[in-house]
Amino acid sequence: MSAKETLTGAEALIRALEMEKVDVMFGLPGGCILPAYDPLLKSSIRHILVRHEQGAGHMAQGYAHVTGRPGVAMVTSGPAATNMVTPLCDAFMDSIPMVCITGQVSTTAIGTDAFQECDTVGITRSVTKHNELVMRAQDIPLAVRQAFHIATTGRPGPVLLDLPKDVLQNTMEWHWPSDEDVLDSLPGYRPTTKGHPRMIKEAAKMLLASERPVLYLGGGVLKAHAAEAVKELAELLKTPVVTTLMARGAFPDDHELCYGMPGMHGNATAITALQKADLLCALGSRFDDRVTGKVSTFAPDAKIIHVDIDPAEQGKVRKPDVPIVGDCRLVVEEIVKAIKELQAEGTTQADITPWRSRVNGWKEQFPLTYEPSEPGARLKPQFCLEKLRDAAPEDTILVAGVGQHQMWSSLFWKFNKPYSWVNSGGLGTMGFSVPAAIGAKTARPEATVWAIDGDGCFQMTAQELVTATTEGIHVKIAILNNTYLGMVRQWQEMFYGERYSEVDLSGCPDFVKWAEAMGCVGIRVESAEEIDAAIERANSINDRSVVVEFRVEEFEKVFPMVPAGASNDDVLLHPSQESRREFLK
Amino acid sequence: MSINTNNPYGDSRNHHILSVLVQNRPGVLARVSGLFARRGYNIFSLAVAPTEDEDYSRITIVVDISATPLEQIVKQLFKLIDVVRITELDPRKSVERELIVATVRADGDSRGRVAELANIFEAKVLAVGADAVTISLDGTPEKLDDFEELLKGFGIVESQRTGRVALPKLDREARPRAHKGKAS
Repeated sequence: MSAKETLTGAEALIRALEMEKVDVMFGLPGGCILPAYDPLLKSSIRHILVRHEQGAGHMAQGYAHVTGRPGVAMVTSGPAATNMVTPLCDAFMDSIPMVCITGQVSTTAIGTDAFQECDTVGITRSVTKHNELVMRAQDIPLAVRQAFHIATTGRPGPVLLDLPKDVLQNTMEWHWPSDEDVLDSLPGYRPTTKGHPRMIKEAAKMLLASERPVLYLGGGVLKAHAAEAVKELAELLKTPVVTTLMARGAFPDDHELCYGMPGMHGNATAITALQKADLLCALGSRFDDRVTGKVSTFAPDAKIIHVDIDPAEQGKVRKPDVPIVGDCRLVVEEIVKAIKELQAEGTTQADITPWRSRVNGWKEQFPLTYEPSEPGARLKPQFCLEKLRDAAPEDTILVAGVGQHQMWSSLFWKFNKPYSWVNSGGLGTMGFSVPAAIGAKTARPEATVWAIDGDGCFQMTAQELVTATTEGIHVKIAILNNTYLGMVRQWQEMFYGERYSEVDLSGCPDFVKWAEAMGCVGIRVESAEEIDAAIERANSINDRSVVVEFRVEEFEKVFPMVPAGASNDDVLLHPSQESRREFLK
Repeated sequence: MSINTNNPYGDSRNHHILSVLVQNRPGVLARVSGLFARRGYNIFSLAVAPTEDEDYSRITIVVDISATPLEQIVKQLFKLIDVVRITELDPRKSVERELIVATVRADGDSRGRVAELANIFEAKVLAVGADAVTISLDGTPEKLDDFEELLKGFGIVESQRTGRVALPKLDREARPRAHKGKAS
């Protein structure tokens, strides 16, 4: 019999995190979580000390985005826990695996309005996949195992463990629960991973019979590591592919079958391909309102195959003809197999060449475009992005904040590899990019990480560049500074009769000085002549973080655009393309 | 007699009964009710208590499905980690019971008639005051509806219903639709 080992709850917590192969965590200590920070001193886990708890959450997300492993954040009770609510909700909306540890007041003080007490599990219940207040030190190992299991299986998501101070201080006998213990403790949680064979066969038949198919990829393809399987499926049938905002990089942009992003600010070809298809094979996508536009007019002639690991997504927005609940990779592999079997039995694929040439025709007629800036005028943001894209080292990871710059990033960048794009899709969290970039760089130190940010976003979380400097995590930030809350300004211009209300940010600080104050290199670019040298310099700096401020045109708008509540059929094209609208038939 | 036509949760024909087996853990009721609130689903009534196995509780929820399809409510509920099994109970293939306790105006003139009504329904008189009586009745929700309607004629001072509890009928043909172990 092995000797029994007595640990404090805090020691058990850190050991349990080590057992879960956590190599890095992001956090900031405080009163109630203090006990957990002591055993951390002798732990193998690297702790990144942030400047604001929200930063810790987004860093954990950035880490998870590019690795698929759960990001871990640890903060104290009360205000620290409430600061974590935004990242948790962001991770929940985008199905990002994350484990968050919060301190809590001692069990004897819970409910007394003690100092820094808040009802963390109550507050975070609707923004986590699961949360748990752990009331006994001996329960910590199982709670940690459950948290990692729940965060990473089924539809991934954030899990929060709330640990009272006395639970961390009390002692327990160390034990490590088995896989069986974990399953036994969660009798209601058994995600379905294997698709239904009859449905898979039905899907294969429909894909072969379709004359106008589209593969509509969502973030679930990346979560399930299904990119290879999806590519095989697409190439097998030569099916056009569109990649939603959360799926950018799941299928290479330079592939002949890739038509890029659909949706509110998607490109005209991707939007129209969905509208005119006779079959949508939705893979890990959820018919988000930003993709469907007005639901009643979305893809009116299309039958739907919907592959999703979350049964609740089936039929939530659009009733599927063939619902398949399961892991996207496993299901797509089975669909490929079923297609090959049908083909071997003599089933031939319908002729999709007219469809493909139609889609290619749209692509030719409606390329992404913008008016180049007049000599002497401010830079165009799209131009800056093209320059950044073309100069980016191989395997660069792109991170974006939320707003116009995010849409331009998704549209104008070329994503040819999975896990090379990090953004806040569902929640649309301004301020996401700086901390998420730091998290991504922590996980992938060998890769260049560029964050595209807006001047509005940057001012929300820029202080995390201090974290980057002190921790030696060198990221590159491009601020597309149009001195406006650009997307809101665009809506006020288009839908509120140019009545601009509270969107002017022209009182911006000096971003170069600010960057320098945080230990970064600051570069300002005001003209086209300066741009190449500035980007080259930024790319060559590897011992500090770099902030490049591009002074861009104030009134540039994102096109195409499907106005909120409008049908995808009524997409507003770039003004220079409106005259060709009839080609979108 | 038409009952429930004015209730804010819609027509009782849109009411479905879900029997939800959950792990008996702190906060589980908050998780369930929070989900209904957050997703805009309507609860008509809810009753909860531990089962024969104290590790589990059973929540009987009467949901109104005029705004949201039942399927979506069941699937979202099932995503809660603590939810172990959800059974939709068809009223024709289940046994349902509910309890009402009501204090009704009953002075010298009407007390006899109230007692007579209670007698017909096999209700129990729990307390008698100078000008009111408190009565309890358990039975099917429909029987309680009828009883409550008739009590209104005397004037209900206060009343409280428990919300229904239900189990599948022990009929060989009764196959409650169970949704098991398929959360994500």
